[in-house]
Amino acid sequence: MVSGIVPACPKCGGVNRPGADLCYLCGEPLEAGPGANAFVGNASPPAEARPPLRPIPMLLFTEAARHNVRLSVLLFVLLFVVFFLLGTAIGGAYGDPGTGLGLSFVLYAILGTTAYFSGSSIVLSIHGAREAGGEEHRKLRNVVEEMAIAAGVPPPKVYVIQTAGMNAFAAGRRPEEACVAVTTGLLDRLNREELQGVVAHELAHIKSRDTLYNVCAAVLVGAVALLSDMFLRGAFWGRRGRTDGERGGGGRGNAAFFVLALLLAILAPLAAKILQMSISRQREYHADAAAAGFTRNPLGLASALAKITAGGPEVPGENRGTQHLFIVNPLRVFGPESSALMSTHPPTEERIQRLRAMGGVSAGG
Amino acid sequence: MAYIPLVLVVIIAAWFVAAYNKLVRFRNQIKNAWHQIDVQLKRRYDLIPNLVEVVKDYMAYEQETLTKVIEARGAALSAKGPAAQAKAEGLLTETLKSLFAVVEKYPELKANQNVASLQEELTGTENKISFARQFYNDSVMTYNNAIQSIPTNFIASFFNFAQEAYFETEPESRAVPKASLR
Repeated sequence: MVSGIVPACPKCGGVNRPGADLCYLCGEPLEAGPGANAFVGNASPPAEARPPLRPIPMLLFTEAARHNVRLSVLLFVLLFVVFFLLGTAIGGAYGDPGTGLGLSFVLYAILGTTAYFSGSSIVLSIHGAREAGGEEHRKLRNVVEEMAIAAGVPPPKVYVIQTAGMNAFAAGRRPEEACVAVTTGLLDRLNREELQGVVAHELAHIKSRDTLYNVCAAVLVGAVALLSDMFLRGAFWGRRGRTDGERGGGGRGNAAFFVLALLLAILAPLAAKILQMSISRQREYHADAAAAGFTRNPLGLASALAKITAGGPEVPGENRGTQHLFIVNPLRVFGPESSALMSTHPPTEERIQRLRAMGGVSAGG
Repeated sequence: MAYIPLVLVVIIAAWFVAAYNKLVRFRNQIKNAWHQIDVQLKRRYDLIPNLVEVVKDYMAYEQETLTKVIEARGAALSAKGPAAQAKAEGLLTETLKSLFAVVEKYPELKANQNVASLQEELTGTENKISFARQFYNDSVMTYNNAIQSIPTNFIASFFNFAQEAYFETEPESRAVPKASLR
């Protein structure tokens, strides 16, 4: 079979692996019929055979984008409140609420500006992403440009993560300055059509500005965890050193603050986490549906998700703070229990089923 | 109490401005989408001579395929009017597909780095053309929906926002010819 050109099934319009003899969806012989040499993404199956995919209305994206901007502002306010409480409580535990408050605000200002202005470059460098320049990544760059045209957004910068794990993520405050990162494991094992599905999913996140919210959420979770961690460690080691009776007259007040700080330090990261998780799952379904609308081919993404699950989505520098950015959770929480409260992603099987249903394939088919 | 009519007028005026601006934005997006198609078509015209130049020495017995590609490119470049151009472009796509099919028969061609990268560029451009057309049609649909639905249709008819036409391929170019892969 011709390389770069994928056989589309003449009967059902399903797109098959190059070299396949029979359609993997309906069993129809492939080479005989028309459409056997359709360009990928151009797949021109008979219109009546494939259920028409409705384009995602542009207003939906505008609305989602506004919603995300509002949520991001809310996150920064929430972060402010948490820092106010944690700072005072921790400072109080050491007998000086004012200093604790002051220090935590300095930390807040630093983290906030860093998150807003260089959030995406930090995420890119955590995972060791390099800009995809050379000839070997020409195909990836082309696919990103193709999907940017289909999505109607400016083409984002393209990055590659050198690893055998299969995964991808997008980042950026605005569509005009967004970036997409893909692992080499993904590039090696996905065909053009599956890659289109993955890239389209990422562009949907960019277009609806999920990426803005995601980066803010990553920083929120990281910052709260950092502050609580610092306190809990300090409390554990510091308290032991000072039990020799050097505590002064403020001992009673300190103890009350200490309990409060301890409680907050344990609860705040948990609350931040639940916030991060619960909101991101609905976005994955939306981005999947939007990707199907951009490519007009939900089965490409469905097959990519299946391959990613089978091949392993691990990424170097894997990090609890950034797990919700990826197309499939790199920390591997699979099975039915992953639909629980703390999971950043819906179960991959469920996503595949929904995509296949969109492509006219019944469940289990 | 006396302010209520005033407030109503301000609200209606604000809605009016917002709706008008939305229609303008949609209409400009359609224009932009159309230009994007042209950009990609031009890129394809530029790439084809390069590909032909690289493969022609290997393809001593396939001159006919090459001639067809060059002729189709010339016809597409000189086509007048949207309908004729769409037809010529469709034909060019078909001849390119048969050229790629022929390339597969020559192992030394497939191994050639230049051919591989030109082929990737052309496949990419081909996809970009079809996605640009898809985006154009999506934009037209959003715009047409807006100017036909209540209440924006009042603004549309008042300011003469006309319906835009969809891009449609000729029936002939829709049927993909059978490429022989013997």
